[in-house]
Amino acid sequence: MSDYLILSGVLFAIGALGVLVRRNALIVFMSIELMLNAVNLAFVSFARQLNDMTGQVIVFFVLVVAAAEVVVGLAIIVNIFRTKETVDIDDIDLLRG
Amino acid sequence: MTSLDLTALLPAIIVTGTALFVLLLDLFIRSEQRQWLLWMSLMGIVAAGVANGLIPVQGAPLLQGMMRFDEISKAFNFLFLLGCGLALMLSADYLVRQGIARGEYYALVLLSTLGAMLMASSADLLMIFLGLETLSIPLYILATFLRHQTNSQEAGLKYFLLGAFSSALFLYGIALVYGATGTTQLDTLFTILSESIEGEPLLLYAGVGLLLVGLAFKAAAVPFHTWAPDVYEGSPTSATAFMAVVAKAAAFAALLRVFAFAFLALSSSWMFLMGILAVLTMVLGNVVAVVQLNLKRLLAYSSIAHAGYLLIAVASTQNAMLLGPATSSLLFYLLIYTFTTLGAFGVVILAESKGENLSLTDLSGLATRHPWVAAAMAIFMISLAGLPPTAGFFAKFYVFSTAIQAGELGLALLGVLTSVISVYYYLRVVYYIYMRPTAVERPVYLSPLTVLGIALAAIGVLALGIYPPLALSWIPQTLFVLP
Repeated sequence: MSDYLILSGVLFAIGALGVLVRRNALIVFMSIELMLNAVNLAFVSFARQLNDMTGQVIVFFVLVVAAAEVVVGLAIIVNIFRTKETVDIDDIDLLRG
Repeated sequence: MTSLDLTALLPAIIVTGTALFVLLLDLFIRSEQRQWLLWMSLMGIVAAGVANGLIPVQGAPLLQGMMRFDEISKAFNFLFLLGCGLALMLSADYLVRQGIARGEYYALVLLSTLGAMLMASSADLLMIFLGLETLSIPLYILATFLRHQTNSQEAGLKYFLLGAFSSALFLYGIALVYGATGTTQLDTLFTILSESIEGEPLLLYAGVGLLLVGLAFKAAAVPFHTWAPDVYEGSPTSATAFMAVVAKAAAFAALLRVFAFAFLALSSSWMFLMGILAVLTMVLGNVVAVVQLNLKRLLAYSSIAHAGYLLIAVASTQNAMLLGPATSSLLFYLLIYTFTTLGAFGVVILAESKGENLSLTDLSGLATRHPWVAAAMAIFMISLAGLPPTAGFFAKFYVFSTAIQAGELGLALLGVLTSVISVYYYLRVVYYIYMRPTAVERPVYLSPLTVLGIALAAIGVLALGIYPPLALSWIPQTLFVLP
């Protein structure tokens, strides 16, 4: 079982690294989704390990929340693209100080 | 599920119902009648507040151990409804001026408040996560509500990406705690952890750390605050006021539920992290605020600094004897913070024209043109700085005195020192208002509902400053009954 946990940890780390180093808003967003799926994998494998259903049920909640986040997130990104014609985070830098 | 479960949820149900009704009504009314939507929302909030006051508290968890309606839920519900109501009053004419007076705005604010209420009433980590998302997702939309303005677009994107990132960290924390203990229920966690830490402590500690990071993001505690100034500056000011108050209070409600209650037995390990967070937040928030000339950015750093003082209150709960006093000092501070911050943002809203971003010089000479508005802003600034006779003084006094009782002398001293720094930049605002001559004759939009909101906030700050027991008697002193 711990193999799955290690895989989940690796996926989560890849996702977190993607958020920190990639500059394209869409790729950053995909990395966040990767992190959420790593969480799901961790929940399922813990549920199996503990012989407990709670972890598997939580996965459904996480999926629904992730879907809601996708809707809002893509709308925000598309809205920016319409005005700026770019989704590069380094070019979206009006606010600072 | 018995019918009793649903009565305890009535405040949340009323808020949800109002949000959906406002959204539906928006489809059927003409655009010049949109003011009705605001009145509907305010009536819904008052109804939810009345329901919240009438329903008796219940000791046992509800809905298969997912929710809890105890003294804390009740107090936080009042706080969120107050913050939501005042924020909506402030937004009245501002939205029309900005051309964004749409039904969705009110519905999103209400739904976000619902998320905050669910967070404060959670008895399960999963429920806290769901509340957090119900709070955050509408806030992402509110941040980007001025959707043709690049500032607001950028604020929305930054808030969304960092908010979703912090939610993922929070969720991984839940997964690790679940893996280490086999439960996500806060009561069961408390029982398991106070007996013995079985399983893999490393997993547990990593989980606790990730939960703390996730909530620190929401509370805008340093070093997880980087989004806050940008988002506060770019969002519509009425939405900024709402998120500065309700989202922050909700994050502290969750910190209280998770750390002061479920993980009390581990306090020796998280106390250290919480102390570091509090120190960094107080120092950086106050020092960086000194150089800010943009009014909304100044208030953003001020709200970061206040998160530091609130973290001291959470840190004082480590001592089980002080759980009650520390919780009430936290609630009292949040109440005063709600009044003062909303009032200060209200004055910014009054002075802000479409597409503007106010700087300190824009307030110069306000005292000669609008003495009452100027006086209100001066009261809010003095209260934020924590000087008597305003309520801000007592809020800080209770937090620091509880911290000293809890043996956190260092944190309390640093709190006092950084408050002294904060006096400089808060009083500089007062200096601009009263001492500088008017540079440009600027309009001040005195819309009745916004002025009423500011007046209520100012009365709250002064009344609680002169006679604090007014609120303290409402906030129960012994909130927790430990199992």
